[in-house]
Parts: sequence; C-alpha cells; structure tokens
Amino acid sequence: MSDIYIAKSNFRGVIERLMGRYRVCAPVKNGSSHDFAPIEDPSEADLGFRNSRLSPKGIFHPQAECMFDYNLAGEDPQAGILTEARKDFSPQVVLGIRPCDAKAFRLDDANFDTDSLKDPWWVRRREATTLIGLACDDPCSTCFCISMGGGPYDTAGLDVLLLDTGEGYAAQVLTERGKNTLEATSGWSSVPSAISALTLEKKAAAEQRIGQAFDPAILVQKDMIELFKSPIWEEVQFACINCGACTFLCPTCWCFDIQDEVCADKGERLRLWDSCMFPLFTLHGSGHNPRSQKVQRVRQRFMHKLKYYQDKYNSGPACVGCGRCVQACPVNIDIRQVGRLMASPGCSCPA
Amino acid sequence: MQTYTEKIRQAAKRLLSEKRVDAVIGFRKGTVVFMNEPYLAKLPEQADQLVWDGNCGINLANYLPNMTGNIAIAAKGCDSRSIVIHLLENQIKREQLYILGIPCHGMIDKRRIQARLNGSEVLEAVDTGPNVRISGRDFEQTLERADFLQENCAICTHKNPVIYDELLGEPVEEQQIDRYEDIRRIESMLPEEKRLYFEDLIKPCIRCYACRNACPACYCPTCFVDESKPQWVGKTIDPTDTFTFHFLRAFHLAGRCTDCGSCERACPVGIKVRLFTKKLEKEVKELYGYEAGVLQDRQPPLDTYRPEDPEPFLG
Repeated sequence: MSDIYIAKSNFRGVIERLMGRYRVCAPVKNGSSHDFAPIEDPSEADLGFRNSRLSPKGIFHPQAECMFDYNLAGEDPQAGILTEARKDFSPQVVLGIRPCDAKAFRLDDANFDTDSLKDPWWVRRREATTLIGLACDDPCSTCFCISMGGGPYDTAGLDVLLLDTGEGYAAQVLTERGKNTLEATSGWSSVPSAISALTLEKKAAAEQRIGQAFDPAILVQKDMIELFKSPIWEEVQFACINCGACTFLCPTCWCFDIQDEVCADKGERLRLWDSCMFPLFTLHGSGHNPRSQKVQRVRQRFMHKLKYYQDKYNSGPACVGCGRCVQACPVNIDIRQVGRLMASPGCSCPA
Repeated sequence: MQTYTEKIRQAAKRLLSEKRVDAVIGFRKGTVVFMNEPYLAKLPEQADQLVWDGNCGINLANYLPNMTGNIAIAAKGCDSRSIVIHLLENQIKREQLYILGIPCHGMIDKRRIQARLNGSEVLEAVDTGPNVRISGRDFEQTLERADFLQENCAICTHKNPVIYDELLGEPVEEQQIDRYEDIRRIESMLPEEKRLYFEDLIKPCIRCYACRNACPACYCPTCFVDESKPQWVGKTIDPTDTFTFHFLRAFHLAGRCTDCGSCERACPVGIKVRLFTKKLEKEVKELYGYEAGVLQDRQPPLDTYRPEDPEPFLG
C-alpha cells in the first residue's frame, strides 16, 4: 500500500470507521494538557496537541494492574487457587502517538518481550495494538529526540505515520498491521504531488528546531566504573527530592513492584508502577538498603538510562528525548545537562 | 529583584571565604523557562552561580533536616517560618544556620501564564519586578506580575522573614487579606457536592509524592504510605487510597504548614493540593489562634499540649 492521503474534513469519518472495529485511544484534552484515553466520540480526539502529559505507556503497562486473584473460603472449589485476572486484549488503535513514544515502546520491549522471558500481558497488548503516529511540526524547547536516535518524523515502532499537511494528513504505511488497519477504513485518496516537497521542508524545520542536546555515543566509550565514581553525581543529586515524577511520566521507565491486597479471605496480586527514586525501591527483606542515600539513587537513574542500557543492548540509550522529565521535575534536574556532564565532566556551565 | 541576586552572591562569597559556613543553599539559573534549580554552593567561586528572582518558589528549607555542618540558606517569608518549625522540631540546630532573609515580592506561577497563552510555548521570560516580559517563537508580551503570582503568594500575609541573620532587602508591606474564601466556599457545599468536588480534584493524582517530597515539613524517615508492617495505605491509584494519602498528609501538616506552595508547584499534574492543607491551617488558626512558625518559641499545637487548649467536645 503506497502512501495515502485524507483531507481533514473527512478525518472524522476515518476515526468513526476505526472506532467501528477498534478501541481507539487518542489524545484527549484534560484541562490545560492532554492524556491518551479511549474515546467515545471522534470529536474527543485532539491531534492539535503537542504531547500528552503522561506518556501513553499506561496503555500497555497500566499503573495498577491486577495479576491474579484468589479466595480462601473453605467450601469454594476454587479456594486457594490463584486465578489470572480477566484481561481485555481486544484490538485497539493508538491514534496520534508521537514518534518518541512509539520508539519508547520498542525500548520497553527489550524488557518485556525477550527470547527467554515474555510478559504475557505486554506482549498480547502490543500484538493487539496498531500505532498510528503523528509527526511533530511544533516540537517543544524541551524535546531532544534527535540526540537520542529518534526524530520528529521518525518511523521506528510505528505502524503508520501521519504527516499534517495543513488541509489533511498524508499517511506513510509502515507495516502490514498498519496496512490492514487503514484498509478497514475508507475515504483515503492518493497523496497530492506537492505534499512530499512540503513535508521534507517541515521535517527539516522541525529537526533544526530540536537541534542537539548531547551525544550519548560518547558514554558508550567511557569506562563504566569511572562514570560511576565521577564527582559530578554529588552536584547533580543535591536538588533532587526523590519523588517519582520523572519515572512515572517517562515512556521508557518500566520498573514495577508486586504486592498483594488482602481483605479477610479474598485477595488480589497487583503489579504497580515503582520508582528507583523512592527509598523503598531497593530495600531488602533483611532491612539492608544498597541505595539508601539519595546520591546513589540519582546516579542509578541516569546511569541506567544513559549508560547501562546502552552497554547491555547496544541500541542507544533508554531515553527517547520526549522531555517530559525536564518539564515535570519540580527542581529542574535536566537529563540533557546531566548527559552533558557525563560526557565531559569538566564542564559545569548550566544549559 | 536583580539586586537580590547580587546581594546573595556577595553574602555567599563572604560567608564561604571566611569559612563562616561550609555551604550555601540557594538557587542557580534553570535550564527551562520559569525554573531555577536548588543549588549548594561550597566554594566562593561557586557563589557566582547563585540567582534570585520570581522563579524561586521551591522551599529551600526542605533540604535542611539532618544536614551537618554550618549552612547558609536563602529564605523568603514562608521558608523562614518552615525553618522555625524545623528548629522547634529539632531537625536542625540554630547554631548551624546563617539565614539570608529575603523579603518576598511573590513567586510567578508558570502554569497560570501558560494557560493564558493557549498552547504557545514561552521560551524566555524576564522578571522585571512589576512586570514579566515573556516571549515565544512568534510572540512577545508584557504581563502584570501581580496577575500571575502563585496562588499562595497572592494571599500571603508573611512576606518578610520572621527569622534571619542578615536581611537582604527592605521589608515589604504585609497585606490584610481573607485567606480562606475558597475554603469557606467548599465548607458550605452539601456533602454529595463536596464528595464529587474532591473526587474530581484528586482524579489526576499519580501518587508520585512530589507534593510530599517538596514539602519541608514532610521529613519522616518512613512516610505512613510506605509503612508495610502492617501496610496502612494501598499503593494503587484507587481513589480511597489516594484520598487517604492526601487527607492524612494534610492532617500531619496541621499547624506546621506555612503555605509556601511548593506542593502545588511540584505536582506534575497540577492538582491544587493546598485546598487540603489550607483547610487544616484554618482549623488550627480558629482553634488555637496559631500560625505555623511565626513565633520562635511556640510549638505547633498538635506537637504539644497546653492546659488552655480548647476542648469543645467536653461541653
């Protein structure tokens, strides 16, 4: 299927037809920001957004997910048996996801979908979902996707990429899944010839605006132990208040905790978002905590994102440059600045 | 406001070179607009990184509990009251501190400004004192600073530090204002209306605990939400658990919160958490005639017992 085009005046119909076959998650306005949510009406989808406040990772990795439930009621034949919680894996579409977030899911796959270990819910949700992305023409000053190996028109991890041409959307169909999803709707036509030159221009403009933050490849060359022992961490860590804002908003943060909630003889086993920023994160049952100090936790976060992940998977950092942590951090700890310090510790100039 | 930057730098340089203090807690210029980063200057040369403007809303007293050595700290009115609470609760010793008092003209609320702009991103902002000059890719505007203050700053009645070793500017005039208009409006709601109001308020909460961690009065080594033997509060985003966290935190702050606004500033999803803490502030004021941290020799009422404490329930 070659690239196709839909006029914005016909786009509502496309969404309607998608909704006929899929659960559609789209950016929904929520006060002064947006969040991805399932829509009940095409008008709820607002593709005029910049990016969602929370990342869309909750679509595949919910903040609180019931894994199993059980009861201990004597007479019940199911008593004492952990029963997998019912899940909904019906086909869904995430409409309007940004290239950075789509790439993030690929990075998360390295954790949830490996040769030896597969998270059954993550994998099935991923298989049931078509990602229809929206290229960025108006990046924020906090975006730095290009430095992280992505870009405003990047196609990694997407099934379709929509390019806003003003009057309509040109759709680059990237995968078989994307093709099947779009074939389920109608109203598309072929791309008007003037569009490709225009989109190349817009892509270049967006890329120029984003610029370069720092080069993560430099960190691959650096000795891990030296980076670990670097004096920069003492300075970086001071402002941090060890909340979970950065980790919860980050599309490539996946860490979770498992705990049971029990009431009398009924219980649920839950998977919950956890954060390496929280002191409890590494608290052992013995009472020992290898990262009891804030400096250890702050160092861990940046080393994981920018060094360990690179060394382990050989595919770039565990960061897509979406900039949410930069916007959300209450004390302005800026991963771009930390990256610069890691790459060249002598430099202590801000921004 | 520029003058405060100069004064802080001079004071910090002096205190560090004379070794009067081991470190100075202040702010350095942030990497994004409307933000500054809390900074610990340890060498006289580092003093030149210190700045002070209308983007210094985070309460630096948050960093004091359990610090060792001698520390200078830049403190506006609310911060200084938080320091008094820390002193009363033995979280730091007075001898360790050199307080650089800053009479405050109020802090800017970036969300209020962003909301006014309908999606355009502010790239630069200059705080000129009476105005804030903002500019983006294709716009420039001058805003009246007073219209875009943090909500707690707009109703502040303690702009001048109540404790200090050096005052870095002329005291500002305090205002007489009704601090509890919004609280009374909620109090007068019918129970069902109130329940829906709070449910709506708390809905975006993602339990990141930025509010708690930005708060200088929240310094418990193990917060009640992290207790596990037994577990008191669930860690999902179930509304009951989320309410428990916010309500109980507000109660723990009763008579200790100085309304510095750091909690609201820190919240990544913009929840007006001060609606909980202000309610308790009002209760304590009415019951005990007490304002947190204003007098250096009066303990917060819920930290202590006095025979004249009101006991209306005894009839």
